[in-house]
Amino acid sequence: MSFLADPVNFITQWLSTLLIGWGASASFTQLILYIIGAGALTLGALFFTVFLIWLERKIGGRFQDRLGPNRLGPWGIFQPIADMLKIFTKEYITPTGADKVPFNLAPILAVGGVLAMWAVIPYASTVFGVNFNIGVVYLIAVGAIGDLGIIMAGLGSNNKYALLSGFRAVANLISYEVPMVLVLLIPVLFSGSLGMNDIVKSQQTWNIFLAPLAALIFFTTSIAENGRAPFDLLEADSELVAGFNVEYSGLKFGMFYVADFLHSFTAALVFSTVFLGGWRGPGAETIPILGFVYLILKSSLVYFLILHIRFTIPRFRIDQMMDFNWKFLTPISLVLLMVTIVIDKLIPTDLTFIRISVHWAVNILIWVAADRILSAALKSHPAKVVARPRPLARPPHVAVDEKPGGEI
Amino acid sequence: MLNDWLYLGIFLIIAFALPAVAILIAGVLSPKKGNPIKNSIYECGIEPIGESRIQFKVQYYVYGLIFLIFDVETVLLFPWAVAYKQLSLFAVFEAVLFILILAAALLYAWRKGALEWL
Repeated sequence: MSFLADPVNFITQWLSTLLIGWGASASFTQLILYIIGAGALTLGALFFTVFLIWLERKIGGRFQDRLGPNRLGPWGIFQPIADMLKIFTKEYITPTGADKVPFNLAPILAVGGVLAMWAVIPYASTVFGVNFNIGVVYLIAVGAIGDLGIIMAGLGSNNKYALLSGFRAVANLISYEVPMVLVLLIPVLFSGSLGMNDIVKSQQTWNIFLAPLAALIFFTTSIAENGRAPFDLLEADSELVAGFNVEYSGLKFGMFYVADFLHSFTAALVFSTVFLGGWRGPGAETIPILGFVYLILKSSLVYFLILHIRFTIPRFRIDQMMDFNWKFLTPISLVLLMVTIVIDKLIPTDLTFIRISVHWAVNILIWVAADRILSAALKSHPAKVVARPRPLARPPHVAVDEKPGGEI
Repeated sequence: MLNDWLYLGIFLIIAFALPAVAILIAGVLSPKKGNPIKNSIYECGIEPIGESRIQFKVQYYVYGLIFLIFDVETVLLFPWAVAYKQLSLFAVFEAVLFILILAAALLYAWRKGALEWL
């Protein structure tokens, strides 16, 4: 095994032979390797976030027809590092009457919950944290910890805006989990395992070809789970000032910032693992580092899509968002799940081409039907809104002298 | 298998310890010059009025209840999905029935107006 083809396992083997040569026992060596591996992965993810912040600001600048950060270093690439150094020296302000324990625990949970998702993702054919047999359920469960952090921040801040944001976080993040879990069942039943590594290995044809609509719904719901635009109602600037992090300052605020950026990349990573074949690609089985490159390329593409949507689509209203979830996404995903399980049982697995085309046909059919029903419902909607009683500036029972030029 | 859990335990400890340590370090580095005005709660720039524990819309509670039903039922579907490849068509139709009951619950909540944002 050469260093270039598989650096992680090369270093692992070198370290373990070194440690055992020094007289350490096998289990102790394993423990040390676990600690080094987990530490490297989490630290790497955190430092990667610094790059992501730069990337998002730069791309966001280009979308909005401005330059973005461009002063520090080439293309302003050192800007987030300068920001990070600055934020380390900023004062922590704890508002009076804040609930100290949830207030201080919230930023830690927000970042930790996102970082914990990196434990089960397979990065290459030989490099993965754990091939858990409950990987998908673990991802959903751990993904909710970050939301718990947001809710705790909202409740602990002793601020009305933060509290409203916490409520919205409950409504938003909880609701969008329902269609997300429902469509995640589809890749699970295609691969017959909940382990992330098994899901990647079973994708001879990528899941997005077998279940395009499920991929679309999963993509939408994972944006909503991040609380990203257009679903960023929990930090809607025009309504809630800054949402759950109004009262935070210094690195505690910075941690929410990091969690936000890292979460959107993690969503891209999970999407490309579950639906885009993860590390799969030409030559990825024999040269593991190629698989890593493929995974990063795929998730960068998905990440760019998330950014594109963030900077293109305006924010929804809260009632629109809840309606979109409960009256559109959830029924669609229920129907999709029912149809998919019956059809996939009827077609033998080895007829790949027929299987893909039938799945595509059915998915497009469901999509068109849902779209028709939605647009029919939306056509009658404006009339309903207009018919609703509205508060008047001048109540009708108050008599007003209508004489032109008369005194009122 | 046990090693997996060990690795996960170590990973979780490090993942939650890293932000905690960073916040502690920044706490040592940062100035501490609090005063009552600085520590007061932000509210549009004016002085805060009344309690910040405001009443919340009951609709949030209703959504929470509906979510609970759906989440429990979908968790029941996960073991079924893992065994999907070995199942006969009959078992698949049973699952369809199960999902139909779920859909009926959604429809019921919808008709009762639980999904309206009033």
